[in-house]
Amino acid sequence: MFELLTEKFSGLVEKLKRAKRLDERTVEEALKDIRRALLEADVNVEVVQQFIKDLKGKLVDRELIKGLTAGETVVKLIYDEVLEVLGEHSPLQKPEKTPGVIMLVGLQGTGKTTTAGKLARLLKSKGYTVAVASTDVRRPAAMKQLCTLAQSIDVKCYADEDEKDAVKLAEKFVKQAENDGISYLILDTAGRLHIDEELMDELVLIKSRVHPVEVLYVADAMQGQDAINTAEVYHQKVGLTGVILTKLDGDAKGGIALSVRRVLGVPIKFIGTGEKIEDFQPFYPDRIAQRILGLGDIQSLIEKMQAAIDEDKAEEMAKRVMNAEFTLEDLKEQINMIRNLGPLENILKMIPGVGSKLKHLKVDEKKFIKIEAIINSMTPEERRNPQIINGSRKRRIARGSGTTIVDVNQVLKQYKEMKKLMKKMKKSGKMKLPFNLPM
Amino acid sequence: MLKAIYEHLKKGLQKTKEQAKIGLSELNISRKIDDSLFEDLEIALLKADVGINATEEIIEFLKKEAKKKGLKNGEELKGLLKEKLISMLKGCSGELRLLNEKPDVILFLGINGSGKTTTVGKLAYRFKKEGKSVVLAAADTFRAAAIEQLEVWAERTEARIVKHKPGADPAAVVFDAVNSAKSRGDDIVLVDTAGRLHTKEHLMKELQKIKRTIKKFSENQPCETLLVLDGTIGQNSINQAKVFKESTDVSGIIITKLDGTAKGGALIPICRELKIPIKFVGVGEGIEDLQPFDPEAFVSALLD
Ligand SMILES: Nc1nc2c(ncn2[C@@H]2O[C@H](COP(=O)(O)OP(=O)(O)OP(=O)(O)O)[C@@H](O)[C@H]2O)c(=O)[nH]1
Ligand SMILES: Nc1nc2c(ncn2[C@@H]2O[C@H](COP(=O)(O)OP(=O)(O)OP(=O)(O)O)[C@@H](O)[C@H]2O)c(=O)[nH]1
Ligand SMILES: [Mg+2]
Ligand SMILES: [Mg+2]
Repeated sequence: MFELLTEKFSGLVEKLKRAKRLDERTVEEALKDIRRALLEADVNVEVVQQFIKDLKGKLVDRELIKGLTAGETVVKLIYDEVLEVLGEHSPLQKPEKTPGVIMLVGLQGTGKTTTAGKLARLLKSKGYTVAVASTDVRRPAAMKQLCTLAQSIDVKCYADEDEKDAVKLAEKFVKQAENDGISYLILDTAGRLHIDEELMDELVLIKSRVHPVEVLYVADAMQGQDAINTAEVYHQKVGLTGVILTKLDGDAKGGIALSVRRVLGVPIKFIGTGEKIEDFQPFYPDRIAQRILGLGDIQSLIEKMQAAIDEDKAEEMAKRVMNAEFTLEDLKEQINMIRNLGPLENILKMIPGVGSKLKHLKVDEKKFIKIEAIINSMTPEERRNPQIINGSRKRRIARGSGTTIVDVNQVLKQYKEMKKLMKKMKKSGKMKLPFNLPM
Repeated sequence: MLKAIYEHLKKGLQKTKEQAKIGLSELNISRKIDDSLFEDLEIALLKADVGINATEEIIEFLKKEAKKKGLKNGEELKGLLKEKLISMLKGCSGELRLLNEKPDVILFLGINGSGKTTTVGKLAYRFKKEGKSVVLAAADTFRAAAIEQLEVWAERTEARIVKHKPGADPAAVVFDAVNSAKSRGDDIVLVDTAGRLHTKEHLMKELQKIKRTIKKFSENQPCETLLVLDGTIGQNSINQAKVFKESTDVSGIIITKLDGTAKGGALIPICRELKIPIKFVGVGEGIEDLQPFDPEAFVSALLD
């Protein structure tokens, strides 16, 4: 979508160059695409409608972000908005008394049993004494599945194939865990439909007996429009404390994250990213936000903004140069700016017409580091007034920067030459920016 | 701060709820045909997972037809919509294709947790009821207790199971299953494979290897390669169907979990784009909860 938006707006860019704000037409055009992207990502259509409406109010007449086009500004602002809805990373609740029971609930086949194993592994690696327990008396070989996973990570597994009452099993296992000194007990439950009243009542009953610290709703990240409906019923009936999204290793966009967060307000705690027991991560909103919006490359936007900020600084510096106020402090800043852009060769190669000529040029980044170290070892007074740097000061600077007096002399000489050059530039009025750095 | 966020969310929730129009049944369709009616229809279709592209196409069609035929009332439009949806599913229904080769081999595939193993159990039961001898091949050697799960289904349906140890080569299991079925003259081999995401190339290659193994016994087999789709899944189903079809030449679809409140509307774009016949619908976890796909019943439920 990002490509689409930027493409679409590149035509408008010229017109918008002077515009400093997002006008209504631009916003509406952009929101049409965003709506599509959200729907294709399986965000619930009602959530989408509301979200788009809210966004319109927030975007129209907003100032453009410096360095970004109108289209890019819209994308960045929407991205921020989605991030906000998705919420922060939220850790697991600590148990007040042991065992702290974590109940996993959800529809059939979403990944509860697998996630029980993953969660156990994670908590174990953090040093807790963990156990898992199965109350799934319905799915064929459900208990065997859980205990096989537990065994593979050397975690205790409570199961009883002969008991057919899930509530009794839950109570029994919590007692056992208490006796065994377990700090976290992960309770797996059978998958069930939200409209199955009898089985939903069973969950409510289990919850009331085991007083869990967490009731985590395990949802398939690929779930469609009905995701909200299902999660809402689960939340109303059972009361959820968090959500785990599974199967995010595929190419599903995971719009459910946005729907669930927006409507339930329950935090998303973890994501499953594979079938293997270690394929499990805490939830961080930025990745999902990018996925939902189909932004391959939000990073490049952020970099562009960064560059724009640097451009401001560069302009400011240019002014100082023109007035021949250029100090060693400025030189250091300039070096910093350039180094922040990445490996110098790459940057030089990106300049049209320069790249091919530079094939054999090797820029010595070490030299930059040296210059920086030398300037860093000067006092502020010395940086402003390099003429006060005498022999003993030079010795101190060389020692401080791990260089030699020869090196210090060289920097000072280059600086003097630059300054001379700048004075000349000022007279001739040519060349705006002092990009002829010493190399 | 936290309170403010909570209030904000609660407000969002109320707003969403006010807006909620669940399906066509709760939509007052007996009204003047205007833009707002088309908007409501669009939302109803989107909510059924039909997806934005197919939905837009349908709405365009309805607008044009309504104008052409001079329709006035929404009720007339509803009839038209139903017809359109059914016509979009034309050519996408069909019965199982059996060749009576002793054995006929049916391969099941799909993403994780979609309902493959359960569907194998349900179909084994169907065949047994028809008096056929059935072999289950436990070719999911990867997932914990996958073999044991299929064993339970074998017991329930009194089918024979061929299995190896966990971690074994799935193609080797399939070879043994088909080979033994052939020498004993069994009618049907149902191959349960491990769930896999269509994005994982090496796992798709594994399926191709299984297929090649089956072909060693007969060029006509597997007589069906059935993709099991989870009916609660949204637009990703389209990609799943596309990729599975490309790499394993899927011959039919089974859509599961339509006993919930999800509508499975992604079948509309899947059919439109890929023309894969839909053979069965899963409507529960029980052994009999499998129905032949009926486009009219499906569309009625979708618009309900
Ligand atoms: N690719 C992928 N597969 C997953 C992930 N999490 C779980 N699975 C797979 O999804 C399938 C279903 O997982 P289960 O753990 O059995 O699901 P469940 O919710 O316990 O199922 P029921 O108990 O039948 O309701 C299995 O094949 C798992 O290996 C994930 O994050 N990525
Ligand atoms: N409600 C409902 N549940 C179903 C249906 N079909 C399967 N299930 C349930 O979905 C869950 C997963 O089913 P499986 O048959 O294990 O799915 P699978 O595709 O074999 O899973 P993996 O082998 O782990 O990839 C189980 O709890 C089944 O009971 C259906 O039509 N309706
Ligand atoms: Mg389970
Ligand atoms: Mg299976």
